Amino acid sequence: MTHELKEQHTTNAGQDDLLVVSDLKKHFRLNRKTVLKAVDGISFSIKKGETLGLVGESGCGKSTVGRTLTRIYEPTDGEVHFDGLKLKGRLDGKTKKRINRDVQMIFQDPYSSLNPRMTVSEIISEGLVIHNPDMSQKDREKRVHELLLLVGLNKNHAGRYPHEFSGGQRQRIGIARALAVEPKFIVADEPIAALDVSIQAQIVNLLKELQEERGLTYLFIAHDLSMVKYISDRIAVMYLGKIVELAGSEALYEKPLHPYTQALLSAIPLPDPEKERTREQIVLTGDVPSPTDIPSGCRFRTRCPFAMDSCAVIDPEFREVEPGHSVACHLYDAEIMAKEGKELKTV
Amino acid sequence: MTTIQPNDGDFKNLRSQDRPAEPSADLFVPQPLDSTVREELAAPAPTFWKEAWERLFKNKGAVVSLVLLIILSAMSLIGPSMNEFTYREQHIPHSNLPPKVAGLEWLGFDGKDVNGVDQYTQRGVETNYWFGTDEFGRDLWTRVWKGTQISLFIALVAAFLDLVIGVIYGGISAYYGGRIDNFMQRIIEILTGIPNLIVIILFILILEPGIRSIILAMIITGWVGMARVVRGQMLQLKGQEFVLASRTLGASDSRLMRKHLLPNVMGPIIVTVMFTIPTAIFFEAFLSFIGLGLQAPLASLGVLIEDGYDAIRSFPYKLLIPAVVISLVMICFNLLADGLRDALDPKMRK
Ligand SMILES: Nc1ncnc2c1ncn2[C@@H]1O[C@H](COP(=O)(O)OP(=O)(O)OP(=O)(O)O)[C@@H](O)[C@H]1O
Ligand code: SF4
Ligand SMILES: [Mg+2]
Repeated sequence: MTHELKEQHTTNAGQDDLLVVSDLKKHFRLNRKTVLKAVDGISFSIKKGETLGLVGESGCGKSTVGRTLTRIYEPTDGEVHFDGLKLKGRLDGKTKKRINRDVQMIFQDPYSSLNPRMTVSEIISEGLVIHNPDMSQKDREKRVHELLLLVGLNKNHAGRYPHEFSGGQRQRIGIARALAVEPKFIVADEPIAALDVSIQAQIVNLLKELQEERGLTYLFIAHDLSMVKYISDRIAVMYLGKIVELAGSEALYEKPLHPYTQALLSAIPLPDPEKERTREQIVLTGDVPSPTDIPSGCRFRTRCPFAMDSCAVIDPEFREVEPGHSVACHLYDAEIMAKEGKELKTV
Repeated sequence: MTTIQPNDGDFKNLRSQDRPAEPSADLFVPQPLDSTVREELAAPAPTFWKEAWERLFKNKGAVVSLVLLIILSAMSLIGPSMNEFTYREQHIPHSNLPPKVAGLEWLGFDGKDVNGVDQYTQRGVETNYWFGTDEFGRDLWTRVWKGTQISLFIALVAAFLDLVIGVIYGGISAYYGGRIDNFMQRIIEILTGIPNLIVIILFILILEPGIRSIILAMIITGWVGMARVVRGQMLQLKGQEFVLASRTLGASDSRLMRKHLLPNVMGPIIVTVMFTIPTAIFFEAFLSFIGLGLQAPLASLGVLIEDGYDAIRSFPYKLLIPAVVISLVMICFNLLADGLRDALDPKMRK
């Protein structure tokens, strides 16, 4: 996909969206008094064939977003439009079946993501057994062999057990399992976080190739910004259950608007040592507040170097401040900045 | 603030500064398998169960125990019919005869009592009682193997209850979680709060002492340990990513149970059963010993030991033989359980 195309894609919303998420919430009730707001009202859309990166610190709710989209978790609130289906509340059997087919997930831990008591062939064909029960044993076998080749393994691997494979190979098996049912949308939950750097590149590349070949759409979850940009068209930055900034990957790296995004980016070393020495670093202080006790107003204010009085009272609205670039921060809100008597940050 | 210069789409930028190697073309083709891997793959992959079985066979204690248990079970079945006596037939003239086996005199099976008098010649008894007789002249050989039968029957019942009630209870509790789990765990706490002895005494008040009361008491509490083990394991498994992957594919509850959860808790289940069995055997023997279990003329190892205990000075064989048999059974089950635990322990794999 060329640069121009990508930019264009980020700006036109609507028709070609495969997935539109509006105000999605997932709260876990821990006991009678405490509710853990893992995902607290997020909205975004992903176009067909696009990759949206989802980035944030550990515990901010990224996996919960992915698991809610795949319906491992029932959302507490919000609406999801997926490929012409409106998903709200409990799903009926037929819709559920379609989601189970069209939405798949690739997991982070290559060791716990494969059942140690099943052969590779059984693992990969599980989706086929569930969704095409009429498929003959022989066709299924053939399909497994195709899938193994597709992800860069070979058919001798089919009868082996997971413990005989390396981390990267296991991740490939996980990808083959997801592809077996020919999904349209894949949630990749930190699929490379547990791998060696050289293997990370292989897996990212495999995912890209598959995307081009089959027109797949990805939600690619990562906990830092260093690797996501190579696969994502757009990136959403999440903090404590909410998306604080969303932009095309280029724009996000070049012009991060939210103080949190700026902090995340300044943690990545720059290629030019001269620039690296002289740049201004935003170092985050303090701990992430607990998702059971989210700060009032802006949830980032306890760690934000620019926090103002209004930040404690008013929850910043998630607004588009320039085409295709949205942010939730008062620094870009003319009204609030005027009230504070401060200069509006220019975009 | 300055930002990094994106270098569209490739890894050069990233790799040139903090990554060790330049990406070469071969990083982006299907991962080549190195030769060592291929060699390893040439041998057929042992399945988990085959490997466990091999490990078990390397454990001498476990193998000997297994063989002994098979022999003991066989004897408990055929032993009582190996001579013409039944376990309840009394023959007062032949009471209190010491054990005598032709050819095994040197082992103490010589028919002599504690004073060294050969009772068989003195009383003119023709037939040999291999394990001797009790005060009513009942054949102890038959009674000991009858008693072993009871012990092994109790073992079977314990295993059955563990597997049926324990596994299902623990499985449901963990699988459905939430309020159901909470409720089921409270019930378990109440059940474990009541001592076994109280439960059995309650049943004896309603029914009468015997195997039925013992089994009922075991139905009430015998499976609790297993339920806890299964619940703990399942809770841990439930969050594992391979279970989530299967749920993402829309696997039914029964498929998840059969294919993912049960095969992975099978190891702990087997080990727990093997450790429950000796406890149950001892429970029955103990109850019979204190007179709350099986009642004469029924023979159980506990009953026999109790009888022998009363006559320990004059007729030590009456205590010794059933005590040796029950000890053997319990030691064998324990050693086998130990061996199975080592063979199935998932921590030894990986
Ligand atoms: N099933 C659950 N029950 C209760 N709390 C949960 C559950 N799943 C997640 N949480 C909580 O929700 C919050 C978000 O978790 P989540 O796994 O989504 O974070 P994450 O961003 O994926 O983190 P990581 O980078 O570590 O994977 C955490 O505080 C976590 O403890
Ligand atoms: S709204 Fe205020 S506290 Fe929140 S990020 Fe912006 S400046 Fe910081
Ligand atoms: Mg996660």
